[in-house]
Amino acid sequence: MNIHEYQGKQVLKQYGVAVPNGKVAFTVEEAVEAAQSLGSPVTVVKAQIHAGGRGKAGGVKVAKNLDEVRAYAEEILGKVLVTHQTGPEGKEVKRLLIEEGCDIRKEYYIGVVVDRATGRVVMMASEEGGTEIEEVAAATPEKIFKEVVDPAIGLQTFQARKLAYSINIPNELVGKAVQFMLALYKAFVEKDCSIAEINPLVVTGDGNVMALDAKLNFDSNALFRHKDILELRDLDEEDEKEIEASKYDLSYIALDGNIGCMVNGAGLAMATMDIIKYYGGDPANFLDVGGGATTEKVTEAFKIILSDPQVKGIFVNIFGGIMRCDVIATGVVEAAKQLGLTRPLVVRLEGTNVDLGKQILAESGLNIVPADSMADGAQKIVSLVQ
Amino acid sequence: MSILIDKNTKVITQGITGKTALFHAKGALDYGTQMVGGTSPGKGGTEVEITLENGDTVKLPVYNTVEEAKAKTGATASVIYVPPAFAADSILEAIDAEMELVICITEGIPVLDMVKVSRYLEGKKTRLIGPNCPGVITPGECKIGIMPGYIHTPGHVGVVSRSGTLTYEAVHQLTARGIGQSSAVGIGGDPVKGMEFIDVLKLFNEDPNTKAVIMIGEIGGTAEEEAAEWIKANMTKPVVGFIGGATAPPGKRMGHAGAIISGGKGTAKEKISVLEACGIKVAPTPAEMGSTLVSVLEEKGLLESCTTH
Repeated sequence: MNIHEYQGKQVLKQYGVAVPNGKVAFTVEEAVEAAQSLGSPVTVVKAQIHAGGRGKAGGVKVAKNLDEVRAYAEEILGKVLVTHQTGPEGKEVKRLLIEEGCDIRKEYYIGVVVDRATGRVVMMASEEGGTEIEEVAAATPEKIFKEVVDPAIGLQTFQARKLAYSINIPNELVGKAVQFMLALYKAFVEKDCSIAEINPLVVTGDGNVMALDAKLNFDSNALFRHKDILELRDLDEEDEKEIEASKYDLSYIALDGNIGCMVNGAGLAMATMDIIKYYGGDPANFLDVGGGATTEKVTEAFKIILSDPQVKGIFVNIFGGIMRCDVIATGVVEAAKQLGLTRPLVVRLEGTNVDLGKQILAESGLNIVPADSMADGAQKIVSLVQ
Repeated sequence: MSILIDKNTKVITQGITGKTALFHAKGALDYGTQMVGGTSPGKGGTEVEITLENGDTVKLPVYNTVEEAKAKTGATASVIYVPPAFAADSILEAIDAEMELVICITEGIPVLDMVKVSRYLEGKKTRLIGPNCPGVITPGECKIGIMPGYIHTPGHVGVVSRSGTLTYEAVHQLTARGIGQSSAVGIGGDPVKGMEFIDVLKLFNEDPNTKAVIMIGEIGGTAEEEAAEWIKANMTKPVVGFIGGATAPPGKRMGHAGAIISGGKGTAKEKISVLEACGIKVAPTPAEMGSTLVSVLEEKGLLESCTTH
């Protein structure tokens, strides 16, 4: 789960990670009030959306007085920002972070991730702050330094010190940088983050080390023990169909194509998208109904797929293990009856109770095209939507 | 012969009094697995009664701890169906009790819990499969997990996969062509887990009953690439592959916590090209996993000996 920059900074602040003073604003008036109460000579007006690249898209402005704060807030609030992470449709700005400006001496990068190769948390640091770290990693991998953390003892001071020296933090500020990293690691593990990225980390003219930006991503499997983080979820930033799907414990991801997919199991769901593409079609979504789907769940899954106006046809691909084919078939028939079936539907069933499932479909009186295999089903749906 | 489990493997179910656990304990017993008991803290000393498909009733003893269950039943393997919030603790308990094999089916364990488990596992004798996996089956002998047993046939092809249903798909395609399996192992879709592809491939390489292997990977991480390099250097048996997620968009988690392309790494394209460079034939579509293996078996003159008569 993602949260906004201002929320991330609030979380980090609880752990003693240094961040500039700032306030969130939902209206122009709130923005001006926030700037007034901060009282800093320079104020930064930052668009709050769940995507990087805001600065380049015109979502970050530096204001020298309250009139400028007002002008920038008016300009940015309600604006649709298009960045390399938002997709071409962009994202509307509904919140601003009003933050005190600081005198930046130099920018660095600090990131914390779970490294799958070692099965450990890794802290990464680079002197090349402010730019895309992927670009740094590709062009000059030697400029990224890593410390692997032993979970039994946590990030150690010497490791943070090594990183600070490696990225040439000014000598007199190494102590502060170390404190910063230790606090960041603590926040990462205690809040079950999956990514914590500080880009840039800055050292300032007045001798501070702080997070000028903060991107925190949380492990959705761990949210059950972090009610405070769950409250930070911003549904405006998520796809409506994905939100609806999550209510029914369905794993759904919207894509750009026109063939709706309903599959059991994540691996098979991905492979189904692949095979549709292989035969020249375009999947409209990834949808895993999971192992324990009920008739109701299948019906809801169908509703979500059909609510996408781009969908010209549906491919149901089920390999029943625990999931019985008759349950799927009943759900499909139920949904088709409830919603009316005006678009082509191809169903491939295999596995537990497959004959019963096929019988339910055949006797439904609905125009359902049966398929003998994955390849057969994919070819059929691709030709039906053309 | 087979890997990890066979007809002599004695298994306990951790969290056996739960609905899911009981359902699959019954499935295992129906298949012929030596399920000998289970744990459920607070319910030690009781029994669970399971009525099998053939009408027989089996009573399994319930213990408070894995240590006790192991001592009393002689089990060497445990399977975990405990809810995600408590599953890591169950794995740690099984490792501490020195179970030889621990299979964790549970989906949705926090990744930092698995980071601790992975650290605790270092230097221990336990082999961990999963979490978030379908389990392990040696056809005709022992089934530990949630896979449908009837699609499998005893034979000589090993299957190892990060995905459950895609494993069933591969096994089904093999069985339909008369090609049996030595063992099928689902290693699971989480980023931090127990055995990786290489660990399972090593076992298949050493198993005299396994003549070829299907490896089913997906986007995210670099485990397939590492496995491919290992295969090139060490594997004496043919391996064919499939990688799911060629059409997955970057930055989106495709169901499995581990199936995500991040920072431009872990794409299907990259994986397929490394596999092919290491001499592994990759099925172009998931519908061709079986036929791709058949073509390789034919090439190597192994088709006849891998076909079940």
